[in-house]
Amino acid sequence: MDLGTQRVQVVVLKDGAVVARAFAYSGFDPTKAAEQAVDEALRNGHLKLSDVNHFAATGSAMDMAPYANSKVSMMGADAKAGVFLVPKARTIIDVGAEEARAVKCDEKGIMVDFVVNERCAAGAGAFIEAMARALEVKLEEMGPLALKAERASPINASCVIFGESDVVSLIHRQESKPEIARAVFDAMADRVSAMVHRLGINPEVVLAGGVAKDPGFVASLNRKLGLNVIIPDNPEYIGALGAALIAATRVKGGA
Amino acid sequence: MSQPSNNGVEFWRWQEYHRIMPNIKWTDKDIITAGVDVGSVGSKAAVMVNGQAYSWGITRTGSNSPESANKALDYALVDTGLKVGDLKYIVGTGYGRVNVPMANKAITEIACHAKGANYIWGSTVRTVLDVGGQDIKAIKIDETGRVVSFLMNDKCAAGTGRGMEVFADLLQIPIEEIGGISLKVEKEPEPVSCTCVAFAKTEAMGLLRKGWSKEKVLAAYTRAMAVRMANLINRVGLEKELVVTGGQSKNIGIVSRIETILGVKCLPMPNWREGGLDPMVAGALGAASLAKALYEKARKG
Repeated sequence: MDLGTQRVQVVVLKDGAVVARAFAYSGFDPTKAAEQAVDEALRNGHLKLSDVNHFAATGSAMDMAPYANSKVSMMGADAKAGVFLVPKARTIIDVGAEEARAVKCDEKGIMVDFVVNERCAAGAGAFIEAMARALEVKLEEMGPLALKAERASPINASCVIFGESDVVSLIHRQESKPEIARAVFDAMADRVSAMVHRLGINPEVVLAGGVAKDPGFVASLNRKLGLNVIIPDNPEYIGALGAALIAATRVKGGA
Repeated sequence: MSQPSNNGVEFWRWQEYHRIMPNIKWTDKDIITAGVDVGSVGSKAAVMVNGQAYSWGITRTGSNSPESANKALDYALVDTGLKVGDLKYIVGTGYGRVNVPMANKAITEIACHAKGANYIWGSTVRTVLDVGGQDIKAIKIDETGRVVSFLMNDKCAAGTGRGMEVFADLLQIPIEEIGGISLKVEKEPEPVSCTCVAFAKTEAMGLLRKGWSKEKVLAAYTRAMAVRMANLINRVGLEKELVVTGGQSKNIGIVSRIETILGVKCLPMPNWREGGLDPMVAGALGAASLAKALYEKARKG
């Protein structure tokens, strides 16, 4: 179970393979959201609650997780799942709604070092959401829009509050929306690549978290890092998958 | 930016006004100078007669810096009988200083706030905390109002005037009252751990839903902002006397908490509502004062 600020993701593993996954929006009651997501995942996998040997919880609201037998750090979960999905990966970037992380790990998926951007909306998905609102475009349109731009507009990209005002005045000056959208992703990519560089870069970089599904962000990050990041399937489930993989090692009587 | 959700009530809106100091007269022989401080949120202009504050105007900065500069200066000149052409020297400052069309010279707002604080409070000021619309600066100055060193926290809205405007709208409290209201708590709550104004939009709602009063929410956030400012002052090196300039100097919730955290009293705020100088105009006053010095230097050749 990965209890994030925006969504709860659940992954069910059976004998080391994913058999079901589900999510629910966290809202103001992450416990209830997690119960719903677990319920749905078990239904998808034709399983009952009592069939589960071990529940591991991760994410910023992991303390509010129902059924939890143990907890897993968010960085630990990223490292474990990143290497499980891409065995050569040694750097895992996880960009979620309100937080971004870069985790360095070894070949076993054990976390070696990490950098976090927390408590500031400018380096996370919340930034894209706020700018999409200011631009009056849907969140999922931001990426495709940015890909049309040849250049980026100048915006204050280090604070959501100032960025919003900048976007409004750029619209008044009739700057093109694609160029503004690209500026938003370039700015985020700047912050994320700075985190990655602090860890020391290697060519096998995995990008996960909900923001990994945004083609605009991926293009900006690739340009900034000068490489092609690897995006696994269902990148938003990386935390839940990592927790499930670690849960498997904690089941009494072996994995 | 107003929030349409508040039925058109603009809680963030602060008072725009202009003032002429009584007891000061000007003639054509006087050295009349002006400072125009185009900030990210407010545009301020001040006029000095022989280096003495004569009039000023404060307006909201629009999307066009040159227009905002003109508007502020026109506002400062209302009812003075002066025209822009009567001004011997004009210094532009603030975030939009390169866009002050009538200025003879542009000077950084750091130098202008230092000089302005020296003008308002006198030669004993050594540390100036300037809290503007989009950044926070801690400036060390000497007895003449010259900058010795400074530190700034920019590119983050936490604690800035813009951040406070967002709060005013969020909690639906007029901005000029939020400082006083933040002090109406029996016990000071712990400061919030996350000061990001963007996240506050949801987090403050969560706290209210948990049953916190608006006063308590505001106190917890104001405390966290004051901690950030106090840290900046400590990093630049606190030396008495301490003063606060910029729009947030009027936020009693911020100023009193900084005093508590640092264990020092700031020099008292002039009574700007009743004839005193306004610390929000410190940058423009400093600019006008520097303008006089520059004019005299130019005249001597």
